Amino acid sequence: MSGRSPDTFPRLLLHQAAVRADQPAVREKDLGIWQTWTWGQVADEVRALACGLAEIGFKRGDNLAIIGDNRPRLYWAMAAAQCLGGVPVPMYQDAVAQELLFVLQDAEIKFAIVEDQEQVDKLLEVKEHCPQLAHILYDEPRGMRHYNQHFLHGLDEVQQMGRTHMRNHPEFLDAEIAQGSPDDVAIMLYTSGTTGKPKGVCQTHAAFITAAQSGVDFDSLGPQDDILSYLPMAWVGDHLFSYGQAMVAGFTINCPESGDTVMTDLREIGPTYYFAPPRVFENLLTQVMIRMEDASAIKRGMFQYFMEVARRCGSEILDRRADVALSDRVLYALGNLCVYGPLRNVLGMSRIRVAYTAGAAIGPDLFRFYRSIGINLKQLYGSTETCAAVCLQPDGEIKFDSVGKPVPGVEVKIADNGEVLVRSAAMLKGYYKRPDATAESIDPEGYFRTGDAGFFDGDGHLKIIDRAKDVGKMASGAIYAPNYIENKLKFFSHIKEAVAFGDRREMVCAFINIDMGSVGNWAERRNIAYSGYTDLAQREEVYQLICECVEKANAELSHDAMLCDSQVHRFLILHKELDPDDDELTRTRKVRRGFIAEKYQVLIDALYSGKSSQFIETQVKFEDGRSGKVSADLRIMEAKTFPSQAAKKAA
Amino acid sequence: MSDGRNIGEVILNLEGISLAFGGVNALQDISFDVREHEVRAIIGPNGAGKSSMLNVINGVYHPQKGVITFHGQTRRNMDTHAAAAQGIGRTFQNIALFKGMSVLDNLMTGRNLKMKCNFLQQALYWGPARREELEHRRKIEEVIDFLEIEHIRKTPVGRLPYGLQKRVELGRALAAEPSMLLLDEPMAGMNVEEKQDMCRFILDVNDEFGTTIVLIEHDMGVVMDISDRVVVLDYGRKIADGTPDEVKSNQAVIDAYLGVAH
Repeated sequence: MSGRSPDTFPRLLLHQAAVRADQPAVREKDLGIWQTWTWGQVADEVRALACGLAEIGFKRGDNLAIIGDNRPRLYWAMAAAQCLGGVPVPMYQDAVAQELLFVLQDAEIKFAIVEDQEQVDKLLEVKEHCPQLAHILYDEPRGMRHYNQHFLHGLDEVQQMGRTHMRNHPEFLDAEIAQGSPDDVAIMLYTSGTTGKPKGVCQTHAAFITAAQSGVDFDSLGPQDDILSYLPMAWVGDHLFSYGQAMVAGFTINCPESGDTVMTDLREIGPTYYFAPPRVFENLLTQVMIRMEDASAIKRGMFQYFMEVARRCGSEILDRRADVALSDRVLYALGNLCVYGPLRNVLGMSRIRVAYTAGAAIGPDLFRFYRSIGINLKQLYGSTETCAAVCLQPDGEIKFDSVGKPVPGVEVKIADNGEVLVRSAAMLKGYYKRPDATAESIDPEGYFRTGDAGFFDGDGHLKIIDRAKDVGKMASGAIYAPNYIENKLKFFSHIKEAVAFGDRREMVCAFINIDMGSVGNWAERRNIAYSGYTDLAQREEVYQLICECVEKANAELSHDAMLCDSQVHRFLILHKELDPDDDELTRTRKVRRGFIAEKYQVLIDALYSGKSSQFIETQVKFEDGRSGKVSADLRIMEAKTFPSQAAKKAA
Repeated sequence: MSDGRNIGEVILNLEGISLAFGGVNALQDISFDVREHEVRAIIGPNGAGKSSMLNVINGVYHPQKGVITFHGQTRRNMDTHAAAAQGIGRTFQNIALFKGMSVLDNLMTGRNLKMKCNFLQQALYWGPARREELEHRRKIEEVIDFLEIEHIRKTPVGRLPYGLQKRVELGRALAAEPSMLLLDEPMAGMNVEEKQDMCRFILDVNDEFGTTIVLIEHDMGVVMDISDRVVVLDYGRKIADGTPDEVKSNQAVIDAYLGVAH
């Protein structure tokens, strides 16, 4: 775009509405049919909403909470708040009321736009602790008929007020939009809080537009692209892809019908551009593997044969490398016809040009799988504070263990202690009301401390090892990177989550969560009866199954000179799934290591004391906020470890 | 739970209903009524005659004695077709769906009574049949949206877990847009979360569509929470009738449930 390009999101929206008024901007599946709004219609809806908000008293500088699944009107609410010079604050829709309370208080929320009755109920529950919360607006009127509080409004009603307002004051909104400056805060995203309380990251229009623009240029995204918006709106990734880049490039965002229909919707839309954290790719792969195990012997044989071919040459062919044997090319083409093509279709990825993964380290095997079946999956590195744009993998330069090269305009350097430092235009203005935290995370030269440990390889690609504070040393002096071990374990479809321990210890031990879908299916086929997660997890057969996985991971680790000491010696399968409602995971499903270590101290002690079982009772919170107890006698199993193969090779 | 709802006049009145199978007296001289828009529960120990009672209401069983008055029409027996045509829908204790058909198709069968086109028109899917089908599909989609079963729309019912099948069955009953819904143990065999969801749906149906609900349920917590009035049966006799609180403190009810030395 040229130099006079729009420099705030509201102006971008008006620009898109002028340039491609009749092209689709948003789709949402409603009553089983995809409904489309054009850019022109979106601009109109946003205007009505903005004027309606102004009518009920929303002013420049106010913060607007947005809570709900990915609904078009919630995205429009963001734009509407920005039109008026306010700041949208999206929150995780599955957070319990108490978690919302912290953000509501911290961000001094006066206005909230929420999806439905469920979210309204949560806000009402904590409202007495947030006296400043003056208005709650809801999108979905179902079940709201008997709520007669004067501070509750339906979005329809507010938009109606807005339309009247527009007729009476036709110049009002344009004047408000004209007042906006690129240096105004455009959005406040709360960090997931792997450590301590969440912090509000303030990003300006300029920063986010820069980040979005560089991504759009990098992969030449355009109005013809389609994306499925299904990740939490409060996550920087969704904000960058579904809001920032969509506004800049003018492509279409598609909102799924509900959280449960994402797979079906993905197949129906067939996005050309796709973004997901590694766990989503893991889940997809698990589903494929479950279904393959149920398939007939011929299909299974064919699948295995061609996946072997793909492993050998798939990603090389995708990278258009010249050194692939002709026989492999022929086999791959055949495989594409019989296996990879249909598989991509089932995954809803037939039309994908570019797919990204970010948010956590992705297992190399998992990554290789998708690339080998012809999906251009790439890694991206960034954080909330850097608008999720630090490093991207350029096409044709994909390395499984690096996150790519710095995005143009972003300076990356490695501190003496190995920490990755970033300086760019797309950086946070500051943490909300936390000058101390802001000062701590930005060094005097203006570099942002990412907290990740990493280094540049020979080709200038950044490699991330782990969170800097997580990387430790074993008692033997060998480096210990828990994430790396956990990712190795999590690649097995039977293992959903793993937590490794080993810092300053003689050996590595691990907690394992089995994958209910995958192991449940496995048990069903073997006629193993079970009553639920806790029961299944403690079955002897399941322990054997997981033990095999752990030993495979150990065998692989033994080939790595640096990490062969990190083989898992002893493990146990947890009696409950780790859950963000119990504070064990963050809302972005990252393990909260410190908290888990504290909560399950007895189990860790048992792992290292050589016991063969340990009793534990744990409080759990149900979805409705009530709590109960789960108890079990957990078995602890030894896994085989292997002598270092790397050392042998060298010898 | 009745805040904001208008409980209306009596729409169903049962008087002196007696039903016997040979020598077994399933129901003996039972009288009670159901008011418009209320949630009416029928409870009682196993074999008390609860399901028989529902079967009498929608015409599956024909009582030997007694009269039924529904919407002002008094008759000895209900006829199943007439009951359905007059807006009585029901679900069954043992799920009675077409296992091999998709959720969507199962729900469509709930619209059967409302379809006007003949067989030939439907087979050709032309003109009015097409319009009619689309209109019915829209209704069905509203039910799907209401019960939050979008993700299983096209799944064969036999592949669904029990809790979801129950929900689909409720959906099929709703598809007929009943004015009165008979639910036979809608929450049997469910876990806590599924029960809560089901409660929510039942209350929402009652609230959004003003549907009168008659339900049989064993979970006392649920019954006491969601019903407006409760009738208690034991060995085919009515032993109590009243608000949940009245019923809870009734000695005969306590004896029937806890057992008492005779």
